[in-house]
Amino acid sequence: MGESRALLEGLRCYGLISAMWIRSTMTYRASFVMTTFGNFAATVLDFVAILLMFSQVDSLGGFSLPEVAFLYGTSSTAFGLADLLMGSMDRLGRRVRDGTLDTLLVRPAPVLAQVAADRFALRRLGRISQGSFVLVWALTHLDGLQWTPLKLLLMPVMLLSGAGIFSAIFVLGGAFQFLASDASEVQNSFTYGGNTLLQYPPTVFAKDLVRGVTFVVPLAFVNWLPALRILGRDDPLGLPGWVDLAGPLVAVACCAVAGLAWRTGLRSYRSTGS
Amino acid sequence: MSDGLIELDGVEKVFDVRRRAGLLRRERRQVRAVDGISFTVPRGEMVGYIGPNGAGKSTTIKMLTGILTPSGGRLRVAGIDPSRERTRLARRIGVVFGQRTTLWWDLPLRDSYQLVRRMYRIPDDRYRVNLERCVELLDLRDLLEVPVRQLSLGQRMRGDIAAALLHDPEVLYLDEPTIGLDVVSKAKVREFLRSVNTEQGMTVLLTTHDLTDIEQLCSRVMVIDHGRLMYDGGLAELHAVGESERTLVVDFERELPPVELPGARCERVDGPRQWLVFPAGSSAAPLVAELAARHPVVDLSVREPVIEDVIARMYAESSAVV
Repeated sequence: MGESRALLEGLRCYGLISAMWIRSTMTYRASFVMTTFGNFAATVLDFVAILLMFSQVDSLGGFSLPEVAFLYGTSSTAFGLADLLMGSMDRLGRRVRDGTLDTLLVRPAPVLAQVAADRFALRRLGRISQGSFVLVWALTHLDGLQWTPLKLLLMPVMLLSGAGIFSAIFVLGGAFQFLASDASEVQNSFTYGGNTLLQYPPTVFAKDLVRGVTFVVPLAFVNWLPALRILGRDDPLGLPGWVDLAGPLVAVACCAVAGLAWRTGLRSYRSTGS
Repeated sequence: MSDGLIELDGVEKVFDVRRRAGLLRRERRQVRAVDGISFTVPRGEMVGYIGPNGAGKSTTIKMLTGILTPSGGRLRVAGIDPSRERTRLARRIGVVFGQRTTLWWDLPLRDSYQLVRRMYRIPDDRYRVNLERCVELLDLRDLLEVPVRQLSLGQRMRGDIAAALLHDPEVLYLDEPTIGLDVVSKAKVREFLRSVNTEQGMTVLLTTHDLTDIEQLCSRVMVIDHGRLMYDGGLAELHAVGESERTLVVDFERELPPVELPGARCERVDGPRQWLVFPAGSSAAPLVAELAARHPVVDLSVREPVIEDVIARMYAESSAVV
């Protein structure tokens, strides 16, 4: 009851703040277009690196270029969504250090929503659009892919669950910054670093690393497991088939953990005010 | 309970401070930032809350606004336990931090105010009336379209005060509202605060290092040091408590040795001018009569005790006790 009201209030507040930032961004339209393009171009270079590799080899870890592009596109799009929605979380440490977090605590809105919506950066659409371009290109070049209703359904579910998992990691990183206010780099290694990891096939990495991102930080559920299912390949860990479909559950669990961590972090801040 | 809008009863805040005490060993030490404070502020009062740096002023304000959770004691603001019901309380209080803005740094003032209106769900007619009043009295009309980061400190402070009042709060907390402001801005802010208090009957609690704020605004002053309330009462009585003294500056016709009078002592001699110090509680008249009877006096004036000195003496005494 109280929980759901707080959630609604948080979403409302997130909407209010982000809408205002979008409006303020749009007053400088030329600047918006340029920064969005910059965001787009910077991420294009990522993919250019993959293209360069494929100019020398025919496959990477047994994956063809369209298949790698598929992994790249799904991960980038999911991460881009999370980055758009929650990317401001890495500023929390600075807010704790300079004390401006206090100004959020005197407003009648959940702090998480206020931090996440702060400086809502529409330019991050650049990353999302670059990711989805690559994804569309991959889908049109994947020969012999057998589409079934389940696979079709899995596509949007995969992207949304992936965005959920990355968002949870952003929040988790934010919660950690209550304790160590300069921890945003640790967070970045899991978010941006995780995204880069997922852009390549799991077969090129050591098994232990793949295990780690499956069972510890469940990044494998963002795209590896469901994408391999869509591509009709086995996962390198030989997990049972239903695991590929567990993305939404994993995302919900991650968000629950992140929510708890956030609450703990905020409580410790309010008792120490460090 | 009584009709107090703000009620504190034995409120404490203890911080655990970890300190390095060797290569690996860490020492834990408890710091009592607020050490059992009790007071009540009735509706409509304007109270000054003063003390040296680190005395516990800001910690108290943070507990009263729900930012920090108290370690002990009972605390109510408008009947609400601040730390438990932070967001419910937020709708009924206004907070201004002198050191940092609650406005959105990159947005024009008007956008910040619009966001406040939506966030607090302020009815349109109330919003219009309150904004107009603040814009008028705080001289904000030409600043509404300016991004906050381009405002001067004084302009920003006025903008912040307006933002804190748009939702008709019952209590206004100001943490050092005049810090760093020039004389004109200070005067403007004070004048506005006075009108908010007297005309709208708003309860105001302000911390400050500028005792002129207190002298011009507050009928009641609380002095805190080392987390404890040292004084709570009228400003006039503070002089008596602080054992303050007045000074009689006398110009004699010629240079004299330091004069000796009952109830006064000579503090300084500079040529024919002498400074005689006597308790603030006693009258200057008998002293002047006595002086004039003994020596030829050219001119004299009485200097009232400076509140800064009074407070400084209190701080010094409380440090000596600890």
